[in-house]
Amino acid sequence: MNLFDILGPIMVGPSSSHTAGAVRIGYVTRTLLGSTPKKANIGLHGSFAATGRGHGTDRALVAGLLGMKPDDMRIPESFEIAKEQGLEISIENIQIAGGHPNTARLVVTDRMDNTLEVQASSLGGGRILINKLDGITVNCTGAGSTLIVHNQDHPGHVAEVTTMLAQRGINIATLQLYRNKRGGDAVMVIEIDQPVPEDAVHWLEQKKGIMKVTYLNGADV
Amino acid sequence: MAYQSLEEIAEFGKEHQIPFWCAVMLDDVNERTVTKEESIETMREMWKAMLTASMEYDETLSSNSGLVGGMGGKMEVYRQKGGTLSGDFTAQVIVQALQMGESNACMKRIVAAPTAGACGVLPAVLVPLYQKKTVTEEQIIESLYVAAGIGQVIASRAFIAGAAGGCQAEIGSASAMAAGALVSLRGGDSEQIMHAAGMALKNLLGLVCDPVAGLVEVPCVKRNVIGAVNALASADMALAGITSRIPPDQVIDAMREIGESMHSSLRETGEGGVANTTAAKEIAEKLGM
Repeated sequence: MNLFDILGPIMVGPSSSHTAGAVRIGYVTRTLLGSTPKKANIGLHGSFAATGRGHGTDRALVAGLLGMKPDDMRIPESFEIAKEQGLEISIENIQIAGGHPNTARLVVTDRMDNTLEVQASSLGGGRILINKLDGITVNCTGAGSTLIVHNQDHPGHVAEVTTMLAQRGINIATLQLYRNKRGGDAVMVIEIDQPVPEDAVHWLEQKKGIMKVTYLNGADV
Repeated sequence: MAYQSLEEIAEFGKEHQIPFWCAVMLDDVNERTVTKEESIETMREMWKAMLTASMEYDETLSSNSGLVGGMGGKMEVYRQKGGTLSGDFTAQVIVQALQMGESNACMKRIVAAPTAGACGVLPAVLVPLYQKKTVTEEQIIESLYVAAGIGQVIASRAFIAGAAGGCQAEIGSASAMAAGALVSLRGGDSEQIMHAAGMALKNLLGLVCDPVAGLVEVPCVKRNVIGAVNALASADMALAGITSRIPPDQVIDAMREIGESMHSSLRETGEGGVANTTAAKEIAEKLGM
């Protein structure tokens, strides 16, 4: 946890876990989708379901989906802003077996009808953990610079990505690999010490067998 | 973070002949790979945001639930009449703590320190000193590093979330941070900073997190007051040369042990303690929660 996770963040109240963390979950989901969604189905689990409305968790998640950050004074009006911007929202209470008490599942669709499903938890102090991406279990805080690569589970993709990072002098802090089944869909979550330039992300996206590359700049969120 | 204990921060300072705050700042420089100037500017932003939040308190607002609002205004009127039991400075601290807690409940912009629920404690003790012009902005920024360093050690040895360790983890930690900051502002040394933090935390050990209807309102806003006033008392004791008989790092470990054995109904679930009173249940029902 860095010093400004303790003294900070600057945020709209009332709760770092139920409000600021929820904005971050929405914001990261939007970043992973690549644009503001046109449709969002939000499921609230545990304490998010029980006390979320009183804490503005629902409005906070929507604010994040609209690209707002935890200190945005418009968070309390996010439903109205979503309506203006044509973001259709549905919210329901759900139960996730074994889920952290502060967990949300967001199914978002963009204007090209690409759909993404994100399950994430708010851990306290505004910090979050992405638990699942399109149903694949991952473990990603998004706090530092993070590269997320969706690829087919074939030999060589890890080498492609790590070689590219090595050539550009980018150091890997942590590396996690996940897949839904042998030869199926895989996800790499790589936390790195230096930023990844945009052209490197594009270069990776062109590679055969790599479906999607997302770069999260932790400092942004 | 490189430091696992308050003792290590003090040791590093001693070794390099730098004050406590500077040892914390250098760790931030190293951890986030920023320059000293960048680190200090970020801390200045936090302070500016606290000051702005303090100035923007609106006594006419109430929270969505209607449970809190206007208390900070009432207390200020009472203070201005003079003759408060706790003296004028302490009364100012109480006013600030109530106001910041209420602003948070009303979805205004605040600085989590270490959490949003405890956001009133640190500004409650710092803003009145700054307004009296007895301390400079640079001194305040140094004291904020002291506070953040203490909070970081508590977060790494124990926890700072009510859901994890009860209110002692939120208001208790904030109070320890504020006590250390106050000692730093008064020119106390690393030993005194640590003992102030240790005493402040020890005084609030066992405090449970029992929010009515699960909202960060009752009893949270007023608990910011006790966190701030306890910080004043603990800092004064440390500056008087009084020490915590239990080493401050071990007090943090005790807080962890207590939090871990605390029943889940008393850890931010809104099921036990004052949240389980007849009045609280009526409120929750009325709010549909």
